[in-house]
Amino acid sequence: MKKRGFLFRKSVDIAVRAFSALAVALAAAAMLWIFWELFARGGAALSWSFLTNPSKPYGIPDGGVANALLGTVFITSGAAVLGVVPAVCAGIYLAEFRDTPKLSAAIRFAANVLMGMPSVLSGLFVYTVMVAPTGRFSGLAASVALAVIMFPVVMRTTEDMLSMVPYALRESALALGMSRMRTTLLIVCRSAGNGLLTGILLSLSRVAGETAPLLFTALFADSWPTDYFSGPTANMPVLITEYSTNSPFAAMHAAGWGAALTVTALVFLVNMTSRILFREKHHGN
Amino acid sequence: MAIKAKAENLNFFYGGHQALFDNNLEVEANRITAVIGPSGCGKSTHLRIYNRIFELYRDQRAEGRLMIDGVNVLDSGVDVLELRRKVGMIFQKPTPFPMSVFDNVAYPLKLHYKLKGGELNDRVEAALRGASLWEEVRDKLKSGGLALSGGQQQRLCIARAIAAEPEILLMDEPTSAIDPVATLKIEELMLELKSRFTIVIVTHNMQQAARISDFTAFFYKGRIIESGPTGTIFTAPSNPKTEEYITGRFG
Repeated sequence: MKKRGFLFRKSVDIAVRAFSALAVALAAAAMLWIFWELFARGGAALSWSFLTNPSKPYGIPDGGVANALLGTVFITSGAAVLGVVPAVCAGIYLAEFRDTPKLSAAIRFAANVLMGMPSVLSGLFVYTVMVAPTGRFSGLAASVALAVIMFPVVMRTTEDMLSMVPYALRESALALGMSRMRTTLLIVCRSAGNGLLTGILLSLSRVAGETAPLLFTALFADSWPTDYFSGPTANMPVLITEYSTNSPFAAMHAAGWGAALTVTALVFLVNMTSRILFREKHHGN
Repeated sequence: MAIKAKAENLNFFYGGHQALFDNNLEVEANRITAVIGPSGCGKSTHLRIYNRIFELYRDQRAEGRLMIDGVNVLDSGVDVLELRRKVGMIFQKPTPFPMSVFDNVAYPLKLHYKLKGGELNDRVEAALRGASLWEEVRDKLKSGGLALSGGQQQRLCIARAIAAEPEILLMDEPTSAIDPVATLKIEELMLELKSRFTIVIVTHNMQQAARISDFTAFFYKGRIIESGPTGTIFTAPSNPKTEEYITGRFG
């Protein structure tokens, strides 16, 4: 038997490794570049008053982003409350209760279609069913629009995470005399907890930056978001869009960059916090 | 000798495929009954009827009667949660829950009994002692069950299964994923446990069946070819198929 040379195999190995490293470097470079631009252009706008003052109408100095920041927190939290619970329940249904395979397949298909839908459609939809009939923009309408976007993502993530839990674990819980529901919630969901929370946070930080749906629902206001339920509500994505594209004032352009930097920092912070919390929980287990 | 469980004309189906044919078997109380046979012969399928765990899968179906203490547990009137308290199960791979060692054992206790704090601690300790694990974990009761070694995890699962005071223990190849030293420990444990529980064990390992069991049932293609005292099955089997398998000519 003739031996095959190592040279070819080794060079393929090196080539694949080099290509992978290059791909990682490209992705990291793009991210660093974005951070660099954000800091270079938005860093100067950051100050204590910028973070604590509400925004001011065009041309009036000393405006901040505090109201928009708070509005975004309200709108995103509202979306989490409205979207996450039903989406997780739907995911549990798909993964755990397989008595209706045809219905499950239809739900999965619908979710895939929803996920591919442009986010602006969600805004338009909520505009026609909530904003137009009542004649009122509101933060709540924005939360509904974002919840609609989150729903299929969180549902499919939940299904995938639960499906990864080995069947032996379900069987051993049931074999101890646990009910199906207790097994699902306390054993299966707990085992998948890490992945579940990661999926939820990822989808939350994704919708926190959605702009188009908010233009039809929350709109914007230079006031504090006190009428989240009934009136236009300040929020970061619309502020960034407005300041960067619709304003002739250089100060507002800078403020737009500052706001972009603030949102990025916030998302970064949420991600890091959840990671650290998780790691501790995991080790303490 | 008292009969604890008795299979009468058990048939089992995976969808349209029949996996067990007219299984008849008597399981004696406080004895170890070993179920042996080549891969895919229906050993585990047979075992999984005793606690109706197969019902998790909607296309699986059992017919016939499985009597435990004179009651057919396949009757729809039987409460499956109570049945599973009475009939515990150990699986091939250890399956600790993602919680502390203590909570793993306390969980089934809290599920089935109302216990005060001190009583719960005593019961958990008793179950861990019963599974010969107490000395190894007494200082790490609060640490995760998944952090234990494979053999320790399996004994934790045994502690968890015996905590709720079942009467029958089903063991589905409990040592096939465990190293030889840990296997020996678990075999010794089984010999201790049989004074308190009736044990039915599925095993691939004929030496194991010969070492620990009092009775042996030989399965082949979904049928029970032969069953009886382990000594007789291993030294003087009446069916040539049994002899072929015992002597290692197939399987």
